Amino acid sequence: MKPKKEFDFFDRPETIRKLWILLYVFCGLTVIPDFFTQRDAHFGFDGFFGFYALLGFIACVVLILFSKLVGLFLKVKEEYYDR
Amino acid sequence: MTGNIPPAALLILGALLVPFFKGKAKSSYVVLLPAATFFLIFQLAPGSSWQMHFFGFDITLLRVDKLSKVFGYIFTLNAFAAFIYAFYLKDSTQHMAALFYIGCSLGVVFAGDLVSLYFFWEGMAVASTFLILARKTEKAQAAGMRYILVHVFGGLCLLAGIVLFITETGSVAFNGMVDRNWGTYLILIGFLINAAAPPFSAWLPDAYPEATVTGGVILSAYTTKTAVYTLVRGFPGWELLIWIGCIMTIYGIIYALLENDARRILAYSIINQVGFMVTGVGIGTMMSLNGTVAHAFCHIIYKALLWMSAGSVLHMTGKSKCTDLGGLYKTMPWTLAFGAVGALAISAFPATSGFTSKSLIIDGAIHEHLAWAWLVLEIASAGVFLHAGIKFPYFVFFAKDKGLRPGETNKSMLFAMAFLSFLCLFLGVYPQPLYNILPFPVHYNAYTFVHVVSQLQLLMFSALVFFLLLPLLKRTETIAIDTDWFYRKGGRLFYKIMDLSLNGINRYSDRIFVKGFAGFLARFSKDGIARLALLPFVTYWYLKGIRYKRLEIKKESLYYNIERGVIPAGIGAGMAALFLVIIFLLNV
Repeated sequence: MKPKKEFDFFDRPETIRKLWILLYVFCGLTVIPDFFTQRDAHFGFDGFFGFYALLGFIACVVLILFSKLVGLFLKVKEEYYDR
Repeated sequence: MTGNIPPAALLILGALLVPFFKGKAKSSYVVLLPAATFFLIFQLAPGSSWQMHFFGFDITLLRVDKLSKVFGYIFTLNAFAAFIYAFYLKDSTQHMAALFYIGCSLGVVFAGDLVSLYFFWEGMAVASTFLILARKTEKAQAAGMRYILVHVFGGLCLLAGIVLFITETGSVAFNGMVDRNWGTYLILIGFLINAAAPPFSAWLPDAYPEATVTGGVILSAYTTKTAVYTLVRGFPGWELLIWIGCIMTIYGIIYALLENDARRILAYSIINQVGFMVTGVGIGTMMSLNGTVAHAFCHIIYKALLWMSAGSVLHMTGKSKCTDLGGLYKTMPWTLAFGAVGALAISAFPATSGFTSKSLIIDGAIHEHLAWAWLVLEIASAGVFLHAGIKFPYFVFFAKDKGLRPGETNKSMLFAMAFLSFLCLFLGVYPQPLYNILPFPVHYNAYTFVHVVSQLQLLMFSALVFFLLLPLLKRTETIAIDTDWFYRKGGRLFYKIMDLSLNGINRYSDRIFVKGFAGFLARFSKDGIARLALLPFVTYWYLKGIRYKRLEIKKESLYYNIERGVIPAGIGAGMAALFLVIIFLLNV
C-alpha cells in the first residue's frame, strides 16, 4: 500500500513561483489607487505618488542592511556566556 | 453586587487555594478565577474607592476610573485565555505564581497611592521570577537570578523616588507628575526599567524566552503593560518619552532581526511594541493616550497569541530556534493559522486589532506635527512586519523543512489561540467596544480609503523587501550581545579586575610586610643591640688607630659578649638606653 501523500503545497517550486507573482501583483495593486486619490500631505513631503510604498521599501532595506552591519559586531556564538 | 473589593485580592487570595484542587478541577479553578475577577471589575463603578490608614499614610487600594478599568479588563481577559492555554498543566507552583503575579499587576493598576503601588510592584517581580525558574533548566535558573536582580534595582530606584516624592509633596497619592526633580525622575526610571526601555531592556529578552511554555505567555503581558499604565497615569506629556519610545521601536526591530530563537524574536518585538505606547504617552494628547491604552489592550491579545503559537511549537518539538525549525505548516496548520492572525495583528494589517489601535498613536503624532516621531513610527511599523509579521512565521512554519513531524498541539491550547484570534479580528473589524472603554472620548475612524491604501502599500512593500533580501536574513546559530553583557561578562570582568588588583595588593603586602619587614624585625631583635653597640665602639677604636686583625678580634669579642649578655652593667644599660632612644625616634 502506498503511504498517504504528505501535504507539501508550499514546498513545490511552481507554488513558490506563483506566490512570487502574487506578491508582485499585490504590491502593484496597492499603488494603483494613488493614480485616482490625492493623499493629504501632513508634513509637506509625504503626499506624493506611492509615498508609503517607497517608505516601506526603503525603510526595510535600510533596517535589514543596518542590522546586518551591527550584527558583524554584536553576533556571537550561542555558548558565548557559558564560557 | 459584590461591592468594592479590590480585584487584586480575589486573585491573590484565590492563588492560596490552588493546591487544594486536583486534576481538571485545578485547571478549571484557575480559569474561572480571572473570569470572576473580570466580572468584579465590570461592576465596579467609576469613582468608587477603598481606603485605609496605614503608618500615617492614606492608602488607596482601590481607585476606579476608566483608565484602571480598561487595564483591569484586559489583564483578566488575557489571564482567562492564558489559563485555558495552560489547561494541560498540573503544576500548582506555576499556577500560584501566575495568579499572584497577575493579582499584583491588578493591585498596581487599581492602587491610588504610591506606597501600595510599590508593594504590588515588588510582588510582581518576585512572583514572575517563579515562572522563569519553573522551567528547571540551568539556563533558566541563571536567567531568573539576573531577572530578579534587575527588578530589585528597578524597585530600589522606584522606592528612592517615592520617598523623595513624599518628602517633597507630603502626599502619597499617585496622579500625573508635574514637578521635574530627583524624586519624579527616579520614579520614572523605576517605571521605565519595567517597560524595558534601553539601556535597561536586556532583562526581557534574557529572561522571558527561558520561562516555561505557559510562563512565557503570561509574562509577555503584565510587567511591561503595568509599566505602560503607570506611565500613562503618572507621566503623560513628558516629551522625553517620545524619544525613548522611538528608540525602543527601532531597537526592538534591529535585535529581533538579529535573533535566531523564535521566542527571543517575540521578546524583542515586545520592546518594539511598548516603544509605540511610550511614544504615545510622551505625545500626551487625549488621542495619543487613548492610542497608547488601546494599543496596550490589543497588543496584550496578539502578543499572547504569538507567544502561544511559539509555545505550542516548543511544547510539541522541544525546539524554539529558527535554525532547528521549519516546514511545520505540514503538521501544525492550526497553530500556524492562529499564529498568522497574531502576526498580522502585530503588523497592524487592516482588519486586525493592531490597525485600529496603533493608528491612534500615529495620528496623534501627526496632529501634534511631530514629523520625526511620526517618521520613526512609520518606519518601525514597516519593520514590525519584517521581524514579527513575516520572519517569525516564515522561519518556524515554512523555510527549509527540517523533517520535524510533531503533529498538532493539544486542544486546550488551540482553543485559547482560537479565542484570542477571534478577538484580534473582531477588534480589527469592529473596534467600537474598545473605543468606548478608553479613558477619553474617541471620534476616530481608522478605515478611510486613503489610510487603508497607505498601510497596505507600507506592508506589501515591506514583505517584498523581506523576500528579495531573504539571503541576507539567513539564520545563524548565534545570539546578539545586548546591554546584559555589562552584568554578565562585565560582572566577570569586574571579578577579574578585583581579583588582579586586590589579590595583587595582597601578594605585594605578603612580600613586603610578612616576608620582608617581619624578617628584618626578626633579625633586628636577634642581634640588633649587638650591631648597634658595634657602631660607636668600632668608630671609637678606629679613631684610636686600631686596625685590621686587632679590630676584627675586638669586634668579634664585643659581639660575642653582648649576644651572651656578659658585658659590664654600665655598658649594657647604655646600650639599652640607646636602643630605646632609637625606638622612640622611629615612633615619632
